[in-house]
Order: sequence, then C-alpha cells, then structure tokens
Amino acid sequence: MDYLSGAEMVVRLLQDEGVEYIYGYPGGAALHIYDALFRQDRVKHVLVRHEQAATHMADGYARASGKPGVVLVTSGPGATNTITGIATAFTDSIPMVVLSAQVATQLIGEDAFQETDMMGISRPVVKHNFSIRRPEDIPVVLKKAFYIASTGRPGPVVVDIPKDMTAPDQKYPYTHPKEVRLRSYTPVVRGHAGQIRKAADLLLQAEKPVIYSGGGVILGGASSLLTELVRLLGYPCTNTLMGLGAYPGTDPQFLGMLGMHGSYEANMAMHHADLILAVGARFDDRVTNNTAKFCPDAKIIHIDVDPASISKTVRADVPIVGPVDSVLRELLALLRDSDGPAQPAALKSWWAQIDEWRKRHGGRYRTDDSKLMKPQEVIEALYRVSRGDAYVTSDVGQHQMFAAQYYKFDRPNRWINSGGLGTMGFGFPAAMGIKLNYPDELVVCVTGEGSIQMNIQELSTCLQYSIPVKILNLNNQSLGMVRQWQDMNYQSRHSHSYLESLPDFVKLAEAYGHVGVRVESRDELVPALEKALALEDRLVFLDVHVDPEEHVYPMQVAQQSMCDMWLSKTERT
Amino acid sequence: MRHIISILLENESGALSRVVGLFSQRGYNIETLNVAPTDDPTLSRLTLTTRGDDRVVEQITKQLNKLIEVVKLVDLSEGDHIERDLMLIKVKATGGMRAEVKRCVDIFRGQIVDLTNSIYTIQLVGTSQKLDAFLAAVSDAQILEVARSGVSGISRGEKILSL
Ligand SMILES: Cc1ncc(C[n+]2csc(CCOP(=O)(O)OP(=O)(O)O)c2C)c(N)n1
Ligand SMILES: [Mg+2]
Repeated sequence: MDYLSGAEMVVRLLQDEGVEYIYGYPGGAALHIYDALFRQDRVKHVLVRHEQAATHMADGYARASGKPGVVLVTSGPGATNTITGIATAFTDSIPMVVLSAQVATQLIGEDAFQETDMMGISRPVVKHNFSIRRPEDIPVVLKKAFYIASTGRPGPVVVDIPKDMTAPDQKYPYTHPKEVRLRSYTPVVRGHAGQIRKAADLLLQAEKPVIYSGGGVILGGASSLLTELVRLLGYPCTNTLMGLGAYPGTDPQFLGMLGMHGSYEANMAMHHADLILAVGARFDDRVTNNTAKFCPDAKIIHIDVDPASISKTVRADVPIVGPVDSVLRELLALLRDSDGPAQPAALKSWWAQIDEWRKRHGGRYRTDDSKLMKPQEVIEALYRVSRGDAYVTSDVGQHQMFAAQYYKFDRPNRWINSGGLGTMGFGFPAAMGIKLNYPDELVVCVTGEGSIQMNIQELSTCLQYSIPVKILNLNNQSLGMVRQWQDMNYQSRHSHSYLESLPDFVKLAEAYGHVGVRVESRDELVPALEKALALEDRLVFLDVHVDPEEHVYPMQVAQQSMCDMWLSKTERT
Repeated sequence: MRHIISILLENESGALSRVVGLFSQRGYNIETLNVAPTDDPTLSRLTLTTRGDDRVVEQITKQLNKLIEVVKLVDLSEGDHIERDLMLIKVKATGGMRAEVKRCVDIFRGQIVDLTNSIYTIQLVGTSQKLDAFLAAVSDAQILEVARSGVSGISRGEKILSL
C-alpha cells in the first residue's frame, strides 16, 4: 500500500487511468498538484496560453479517440476560463474531466482571493460535478468522474479540489479503485426488444425511408454497424453536422448532411419520407427547421441512449432507449433474418426521385463571377491534396459549413467541430489536442480570420511542444456567416461583421516561429497546400484569401419546413 | 395540468441546487417545493408541484431522472395519492372578526395554536386547494402573515417510493 498526499493521489489516479496528456495552467490553489506532476513523468502536462484552449485540446482529443480528455486549472479565473470549453463539450456530449483547484476549505465562502463558486458556475454545463471534502475520497471521486464522463450519454465532469485537500504533508493510503458504482446512475445497456422488433417491421414495410444519424453514432462507436444496416437495407442515409463520417461520405447511398445548410437531396428526402430512422441524433432546431412543419408524412423511429432526447422536440412513434451499438446489432440480426424490404417497387421509384433531386443541386457553386477564389474550391482542393484522409477540425461560420459540405469524410472521428454550442475558437486547440496524440496523422484546422483570433495565442504552445498542425484560414475579411445573415435579413447592413485591421497572419505565424504562407490566387492554392503537407514537422499557417461575397447554400428558409431552401442568392425552392 | 413530483435525492450538499437549477435553466416553473430528510440519513425526499402539458412534464421527469443525485422519482398525480400542505397563518382577530375567524377555523378543521388579544395564529393542514379555500374564507379579516410548507405527498395503497 502506498501512502500519498492528496496531490499525489490526483496524479497517481490519472496514471492508473492511463491518461497520457493533460492540458492546463497553474496557479496558487493548484500548486500542490503541479508539484506532484513535476515529480513524475508518466502523465505529461501541456501548458496552454489560455485555459479555454486547454478544454478544447482535451475535447479534440476526446472526439478523435473516444476517451475522456483531462484538464487541470487553478481556482477563480483559471476555472472560469474553462466554462466555454466545458459548455462546448457538454452540448456535444463529449467525455471530459476538468480538475479545478479551489481555495482552501476554511476560506470557502469568505470571498477569498481567487475564490469562485465553480460548482455553481459549472453546474448547468456539466454532466455532473464533485467537490472534494476529504483527501481520502480523491481516488474514488476521480474514478467516478471518469466513469460518469465516459458512460451513457457522455459529457464533461468537473472536480473541484480545495487546496488543503492536496496538502503535501498529509498522506493517505492509496489504492486504484477498479470500478465504482453509483446507485442513482445506471446507464441502460440494451434497448427494449419489443420496440426493436417494431422498428424492424416498420423499416421493412417502408416505401420512402431515410436513415438520419447523428453524433451519437460516432460517440457510441457504432459507425460500422450503421453502415452495415444502411447497406443491408439499401436505403438512403443522411448525417447531421455532428454525425459526418459515421456513414462513408463518398458512398452512393449517402445524401450528404441535412439541416440548415444540408444538401438539397437530404432535406427533400427527409421532408417527403414516409419513415425516418433516427439514430443517435436529437432533432436539433438546426436540423428540423420549424418542428410544426417537420416531415409531415413520416413515422419516426428514434434510437438514443438518452431518454430525454427522445420526443423532446419531435415526437417519436417508436422510441428506443439504449446504446446505439447494441440496439443496431439487435436490429441488424432481425433484418438479416427477414425476407428483406417488402416494397421493392416503391423503393425503386423513391431512389429515382432522389436521383432527380441530386441533379437539381449537387452542391454546385460558381467560380466565374469573381476573380477571387471561392471558399468551396479551397476545401475541395484540400480534400484532394490530403486524399480525404485528414483529421479536419473547424471553427464556426461559413468556413465550417463549407468544410462540412465539401470534405467527404469516409471515417468517423475525423470531422471535429463544435456543432451544438458553435464555439468560435474551438478549431485550433482541438486540432492541437488531436495532433499531440496522433503525431503521424495529418491534422488540419479549417478556420476563418474571425475564429482563429479567438485562440491564436496557442501558436506559442505549438512552438513549445512542437505540434505541427496545419491551419487553413479561409480569409474573407469578415465575420462571413454574420454578414450572410445581414445580407439576407437586414438588407446588407453589415453591422460589426467587417473585420478591419486584420493582422498579417504570415508575419504573425513567423513571429511565433512557424511557417506562414499567403495564398491570393487560384494557381497558388494547390502548390501551397502541397508545401504545407510536405512540411510535416512544421506548423504551417495558410492564409487563403477568398471571396467575401460568397454565401453558404443551400440554406433553409427560417420557420419553414425541411424542404424550403434558398439554393443561391436568387433561387428558392 | 398540475403535477406532483416526488423525488428521493442523495442527501448531499448541492443536490437541491441541481434540481432547482434545472427548472430555471429549462424554463419550467416550480409552484411549491418541499424538502426534508427521510428515515434513511443518506436520502432526502423532495416534493414539488409544477404545471405543464404532458410533453413538458415528460421532459421534466426525464431531465430530473438524468441528474446523478436523483435516486428515484415518481409523478404522484399519475395515480391515487394523498397530498398535504401545511399552513401557519396569522389573522387579525378583534371585535366581531374574533368569533367569525374562529368559526372558519372550526369549519376547516384547523387549530388555533397561539393567540394574543388581537391575533390568532392558525394551523391548517390539507390539500393546497383546501388551504386556498380557507384563505378566501377569512379574507374579510386582515391576514397578517402566511407560511406554507409546500405540498408533500405519498401514493395510496401498495405503491411505495423507496430504494
Ligand atoms: C464565441 C462566439 N462568438 C460569436 C459567435 C457568432 N458567430 C457565428 S459565425 C461568426 C462569424 C465567424 O467569422 P469567421 O471565423 O471569420 O468565419 P466565416 O464565417 O467568415 O467563415 C460569428 C461571429 C460564435 N459562434 N461564437
Ligand atoms: Mg471570415
């Protein structure tokens, strides 16, 4: 039996949980823990330049690996700086453990220096949070934090650790808890067999089916099962922004993304479907548009591990609560034993209809109306040069939508973006978290000149730890997505969406010791991308100037149905 | 519709704020709230009343169930149940009103638990509806102070909310 201080127990538990990297920033209340970190070398700590970035790094790693990312910060401002990152992870159900130091127990409540109620502040944006009351509880509480973060519907868990809990001179017996149990937390392990049978029957009878899958399929490690199911049935499949990669993006049965900026065919197919199988998706408002007009003819089967996601915004006819992998496995078994879809003629004309829709708007855009490069062609070039095999992170705005639309993800966990919260500043640190853990992979952050400046200080961290991500800045010199809404809804009154005084990003990258390249014309684009990829061990910042007038299409018409869309600046369905 | 939701909650600090926070965060309203320890020192029992259509109440119960410290939950209004609210009320009792208020207390089977020359302190137990009715009945007298416990409830018959 080892006798350890609270601080040493924190670090030892991380070791025993197999945590390789943690991301953080020190300060008074965290110093005992930082000292324990210093005296070992198994858990590696990455010093960020802003705590928000630490959470996004942990988050990026978690999204790529499926394992919880770990963050360590000090009390007060250190803790509050993590809130945006915690909320980002919470909204997208990402497993994360955030250790926030706290002032000593006897100071709590006295408005002590750097005291802030982290339990209260984080409460609405965590899956759960704990405060350590006795040092000897540290191993079990941290184990519970990992357990809660990564099971059921995953999410961030905060553990608030008052400084006296980690005092170096008080030692306690340490054992690694092999497992923990909570009487009030028992995630479901299987779906209801009767409901799954009902779902199978409905699926086989469908004439105009669509399979709509979301981030839950990726989080639940069920992408290959989903793919098998879609292929077995021969039905069309669409993914949400969070679900891209769960079904191969280059497959002929794939309709593309659905929703606000979804493809014409995906939104049309949804609206006209007679059956929708929703898997690990939550009928978010950015998908459904006006729920009162949502898919009027469709019966809905909804599989989700979180019962609260079912029938929240759109009523499910066949709700199935359970982990997507086990439910899909059972569903597949039933479908394999069946005689197959019962309406082949109807399905044939359904596909014919879908192919018609595909012809109408196959994600086209015009390159002839401006000398400037179009953001879409930049993403297509990236896709070709990287052979569709990069980890692509993104920020929030037009560039994010273009990346989602034009980079075809054939594999899950490769498209990493803040879908639910829409956090500008997410993409770059997320890319760093991935690159650090997958050093042999190509990791590209597709960003905009607005978003990148929200965490640009991390260029410094990349230098310190040699994190050679590629930054593809689609520089349209404006908060493009805001500008697009102003064009469409406010007669082009561009209120505060124009970014004046942009820095020279090339010089900025160089100032931080990296490589910067400006790309202003079409013929420079592919060579610049190739050069960036060839410089494997350097961070390369590609500042690509694109047409600021470009809009993202399709775009659903607000408050209407799935199938009411703008297809270009002048064309409406 | 009005619902009475009763919860067994881990008896830990912060647990209550999660329940209350959930309501304000998601825009649900709490009409009454009552919390107290149970025979099991690790559990408290919380009972709240809320209003909403079936979809809203279904969401409320699902979201409550997701809270890690919610151990068990029942919507008492789904079945036969007993509900009780306790009210302590101070009423001005002078002149003719002294007898009038006393009569009301008797009719409603309340008790006068304290008195001065000019004030009755009355205790009344019953459904919220009954307490509301009493308040209306004595409204001619001057009501000086009202303290209500909020609804507490339990199902009738064999049904039991326990671990
Ligand atoms: C932290 C944060 N603040 C504000 C917004 C609102 N917002 C959404 S997109 C956008 C513009 C983003 O500009 P840029 O990064 O240059 O991307 P572009 O749309 O030009 O491609 C803004 C301000 C947000 N999503 N996140
Ligand atoms: Mg921009």
